Amino acid sequence: MSATKTLFDKVWDSHVVHQIENGPDVLFIDRHMVHEVTSPVAFLGLKNRGIRVMHPEKTFATADHNTPTINQHLPVADPLSANQLKMLEENANEYGISYWGLGHEKNGIVHVVGPEYGITLPGATIVCGDSHTSTHGAFGAIAFGIGTSEVEMVLATQCIMQPKPKRMRINITGELQYGVTPKDVALFIISQLTTSGATGYFVEYAGDVFKNMTMEGRMTVCNLSIEMGARGGMIAPDETTFHYIKGREFTPKGEAWDKAMDYWQTLYTDPDAIFDKKLTFDGSLIEPMITYGTNPGMGMGIKNDIPTADMVQGGASTYKKSLQYMKFDEGDSMIGKPIDFVFLGSCTNGRIEDFRAFASIVKGRKKADNVTAWLVPGSHKVESAIKEEGILDILTDAGFELREPGCSACLAMNDDKVPPGKLAVSTSNRNFEGRQGPGSRTLLASPLVAAAAAVTGKVTDPRELMHEIVAG
Amino acid sequence: MAYDKFTTLTSTAVPLPIENVDTDQIIPARFLKATERKGFGDNLFRDWRYNQDNSPKEDFVLNHSKYSGKILVGGKNFGSGSSREHAAWAVYDYGFRCVISSFFADIFRGNCLNIGVLPAQVSAEFLQKIFTAIDTDPNAKFEVSLIEQKVTILATGESESFDINHYKKDNMTNGFDDIDYLLNIKGKIQEFATSRPL
Repeated sequence: MSATKTLFDKVWDSHVVHQIENGPDVLFIDRHMVHEVTSPVAFLGLKNRGIRVMHPEKTFATADHNTPTINQHLPVADPLSANQLKMLEENANEYGISYWGLGHEKNGIVHVVGPEYGITLPGATIVCGDSHTSTHGAFGAIAFGIGTSEVEMVLATQCIMQPKPKRMRINITGELQYGVTPKDVALFIISQLTTSGATGYFVEYAGDVFKNMTMEGRMTVCNLSIEMGARGGMIAPDETTFHYIKGREFTPKGEAWDKAMDYWQTLYTDPDAIFDKKLTFDGSLIEPMITYGTNPGMGMGIKNDIPTADMVQGGASTYKKSLQYMKFDEGDSMIGKPIDFVFLGSCTNGRIEDFRAFASIVKGRKKADNVTAWLVPGSHKVESAIKEEGILDILTDAGFELREPGCSACLAMNDDKVPPGKLAVSTSNRNFEGRQGPGSRTLLASPLVAAAAAVTGKVTDPRELMHEIVAG
Repeated sequence: MAYDKFTTLTSTAVPLPIENVDTDQIIPARFLKATERKGFGDNLFRDWRYNQDNSPKEDFVLNHSKYSGKILVGGKNFGSGSSREHAAWAVYDYGFRCVISSFFADIFRGNCLNIGVLPAQVSAEFLQKIFTAIDTDPNAKFEVSLIEQKVTILATGESESFDINHYKKDNMTNGFDDIDYLLNIKGKIQEFATSRPL
């Protein structure tokens, strides 16, 4: 038996409280993030059992899924949404959990605010009743989404029962082309693996492309791990990670920082450690990506034509059903397709770098008349940065408005719904049927592709609108 | 929450031969606003089942009177996407106690197990045989035995086994609850917690 371990093994094994024979591991959870939609029934369960939250200081609540993105200072108009938000606030108060609700200066999407305030740390185990909890893996944490029964389990016991997933490493070598973003890297990987290709695995992303990626870029990639079925994805912490987390509100300080650093610097995959599956791709071949179907695996380089049914994995009838929903034909080019909506935001692409990228293209241009654009920052902190950096002025001059933070049109639980039949270019994470509103049609893409679509009114290769920066 | 015990289920089945059925289809996000676990079955497959004017879509399988039963049979990669347990609740609340597919998404599978719906994973070939059996006779019955970990097509007698970890099998056959188990080892958890300063 080799003593070498993967990054994933190191973090997982150090959190196992108890092993059940022929059953799951009992894993200790360092951080539990809670939002309004998947928690009320869990809190109700606690009440019925007559027990308290075991570690309220490791539990953080924010309201994001069900919140309006305009007029947040007014009472929430939808009574069901208002009730759900009220329940979260009451539960947080009753159990002594910190609560960053609507109007709170730290409010925002759970997977945006966690890293912003240093709640997300390397080597931690992090769960939330939301599949995009995988985002936090960018810091070298084991982070994954859970169901409501499991939310109750973590509230009650600070532990979760999980069979240990298999290990996969995805290595991306080389350098990305100009105009290719972390979102494109993720959509490329998913298009290669399909929407279920990593089910049963926990993924480690490695290679030069991730080494050279910013923390926000890494978050975008890890966020989308679930879209190929993986429970989560992670990247070994390095100087980029430590630089990002240092000095944030919940980050350890002084001696505690030094001690934590000693541990964090051991968090990498040992040479010769065994993965159940290893894949390598050449990063220089990745193009700006766009999806054309109804799952995130149905993506391709933006200049390609939609594949024919005989070219794809899986059943032809499901594939054809998907294209029928999208009102596209096999062999169609995506370039030039007129679009109706643009959504910039979500836990995938709602951070400041995403707004910078979007602004870099719309600067000096005008929003196309046929496009409705929803630009939704991931948090108040992102919103403040947009204003401070002068990005708001660029957006306003180009005819765009900025909304208030929240999940918004990513899942359309609030009023930000794309109407039936309308086509949206969206920086979010899912293009499922009706995801952005009943009958809505979604094209997933990067903030650059979204910006190019917003100013041209159609699917456009963003590189045509960018001025190449000559190195040196 | 304790749930119904599951040992053996004999029932007709409802076929949904579509791949990658995601949890947004099983229960769209706009129906996740409840604060209690009630009534989710009404909106199971809402947008496949009803038109926008709320009239039933004639061609959707849940609107065919010839199909019924406590078993839902889905295509490969059933339950992908969002972690919403509401999807499993909707499946349960509608009356299903077992979902058969050739492949399940992780979180949906776990959510089903946690509420007493059995996700039985069979081979692609056997799944096709099940679809064929329903196609031949919508009243065809199937036996799902958790004790024997076996799905049987009663019309032909063909059967195939499925995997489930021993702990979960024990829970489901006895109606045991994970949280009770964990509270039983609370001392061990608390001891562990003190070793983690994070």
